[in-house]
Amino acid sequence: MTDTNLSNAVPKLSARGVDVFYGQKQAIKDVSIDIAMEHVTAFIGPSGCGKSTFLRTMNRMNDTVSSARVTGDIRLDGEDIYSPAMDVVQLRARVGMVFQKPNPFPKSIYENVAYGPRIHGLAASKGEMDGIVERSLTRAGLWNEVKDRLTDSGTALSGGQQQRLCIARAIAVDPEVILMDEPCSALDPIATAKIEELIHELRGRYAIAIVTHNMQQAARVSQRTAFFHLGTLVEYGRTSDIFTNPRQERTKDYITGRYG
Amino acid sequence: MHGVTLILLVLGFGGIGWMVARARAARFAKPATAADRPNSLPGQHGWHMAIWIAAPALLFLGIWSAVSPALVRDAVLSTPAAAGLPGPGFERSAILAEARSLALGNAYGAFNQQAEVLAPAYAAAQSRYDWIGTTLAILLAFAGGAFAFTRIRPDYRARTQVERAVMLALLVASLIAILTTLGIFLSLVIESWRFFRIVPVTDFLFGTNWSPQVIRSNDPGATLGAVPLFWGTFFIGAVIAMIVAIPFGLMSAVYLTQYAKPGVRKWMKPILEILAGVPTVVYGYFAALTVGPAIRDVAVMLGMPFASSESALAAGLVMGVMIIPFVSSMADDSIAAVPQSMRDGSLAMGATTSETIGKVLLPAALPGVVAGVLLAVSRAIGETMIVVMAASGAASITLNPFESATTVTKQIVDLLTGEAEFDSPKTLAAFALGLTLFAITFLLNVVALRVVKRYREAYE
Repeated sequence: MTDTNLSNAVPKLSARGVDVFYGQKQAIKDVSIDIAMEHVTAFIGPSGCGKSTFLRTMNRMNDTVSSARVTGDIRLDGEDIYSPAMDVVQLRARVGMVFQKPNPFPKSIYENVAYGPRIHGLAASKGEMDGIVERSLTRAGLWNEVKDRLTDSGTALSGGQQQRLCIARAIAVDPEVILMDEPCSALDPIATAKIEELIHELRGRYAIAIVTHNMQQAARVSQRTAFFHLGTLVEYGRTSDIFTNPRQERTKDYITGRYG
Repeated sequence: MHGVTLILLVLGFGGIGWMVARARAARFAKPATAADRPNSLPGQHGWHMAIWIAAPALLFLGIWSAVSPALVRDAVLSTPAAAGLPGPGFERSAILAEARSLALGNAYGAFNQQAEVLAPAYAAAQSRYDWIGTTLAILLAFAGGAFAFTRIRPDYRARTQVERAVMLALLVASLIAILTTLGIFLSLVIESWRFFRIVPVTDFLFGTNWSPQVIRSNDPGATLGAVPLFWGTFFIGAVIAMIVAIPFGLMSAVYLTQYAKPGVRKWMKPILEILAGVPTVVYGYFAALTVGPAIRDVAVMLGMPFASSESALAAGLVMGVMIIPFVSSMADDSIAAVPQSMRDGSLAMGATTSETIGKVLLPAALPGVVAGVLLAVSRAIGETMIVVMAASGAASITLNPFESATTVTKQIVDLLTGEAEFDSPKTLAAFALGLTLFAITFLLNVVALRVVKRYREAYE
């Protein structure tokens, strides 16, 4: 099997023996993995392998699917996120998410970013909120492009800008972990390059988990790679090892394009 | 021959033609290659022939039934028996109508002596023209059949022809609805125009005194000011009814789309839809017999001893309940049209379901909801039965919901069910009111549909 803890990094989120069921169907089988601070962890694997499903267990977005059931143990800083004591509102503030398709709210750019801070009561004054919005947009690399039109609708931006707006929205509540579910699959190559660059810059502050279909992308942005197949975690290790020297035959076949 | 028999006969010919053509087409030589395959199937040749037999003959019968009465009447008038008739006018028409009834055996004795004299001539003319019509119809059927029969060849495109006939039939069906609407609109416009020749438009649209019972012949506009009706309609349909319908409709839509488990939704939604299917007259009973008196009792308790049981509130409340499913289903649709990703985005920020609804879903769905409300208003102000039964006939401009108010629709019913002659301003006022109502609801619908359309485009 794979070793779940990669020695030198501090685990932020750790999953042990996680199973996910949709009704009777098992989508994830016994997955154990650690996500470390200041690392980008890529989840790769063929379509339908469960990588997105697994990602969504980490901020309990599977709760919104009524047929989904999660068992096993997922801890954020040692705290069980599926325990009744865990407040899902707090959890999602600490574990942010960016989706496959940019999904800005039909509000102004400013209001999109201010949405989370308002919900969680992070800004006491207009000035403070302005600061949060500017800081988040700057970190998301969007500030210079939109600072003169913060009142324009978020949906009027280009696809790549929308996705960076969604990243700004996610980091506005100061999360510790950011989950990205194929964030570039709806974008053109230039916008993709910008997002990848952004992921590099964000890495220093957060633990980032990114699901991707694109193996080059995984190789470019991540330090750790997890290969999923048919609901199981086949192999997890340093990205350089996975791509140059995979231990499992299935990983090797996938990476060399034999299937997927 | 009797009309129905003739139609059945033509259809019978069509059926025979169908079988003949089908059988004949089925005997085409077996094709050697795919390229030699007959263009159309035997059944399509059958339909082609059946249509050619029945359609022209039936079309002719339709036209004939419209034209032949006039031909018969002219024939009767040219007989010697008609020499003693009075000149063209009401009396002559009455005698002729009576003669016709006698001739067709619908009456047993005549009030007018001359009609009895004319009856044999009428019967003779009628049977002659019936015979002509029958012969022509059957000839047409055969001609059509013969034409189609010569077309039963392997290379004839019966398939395309039948398809075209189907298209034509469907086009005619849809045109009938449109033409009817146009006709109704035209009749409204014409009658209203007659009204506005008697009563100035400004008196009607801006006058505040509505008492059609006491129209002064020298100044009919003075008591035909429709402002109290417009106010009553607006007050009952767009204010009171909406105060009930919008919150409850919206909240039930939010509950059904966001909170209800699939099991609950499965039985709750049909029940709401049944509410929309209750005949409005039943709501009318409910308003007039239960809600109205109850509201009067409340009003008396609140210190209004002379409160009416035909209050604006009673009609408005019940109308609001009637509209709830309408608002709810429109809101349901527009909330459901907000992409799931929007909802996920908000939930992933840590928002609760109600924060997500209030801050993301409803604002995003707002244009659709607004359009739904506009459509609901247009239904409410056009609603008749509830107000006829529960609202008062007395027009007044009031802000007190316990007082009586009347609506445009209620007044139209009152004006037309009286015994006034058709040309009086009182009766014609009903058409002017109808036209105004039509214009307002039309406008509301156009605006609402445009809003809905723009909103749909935003998410597609």
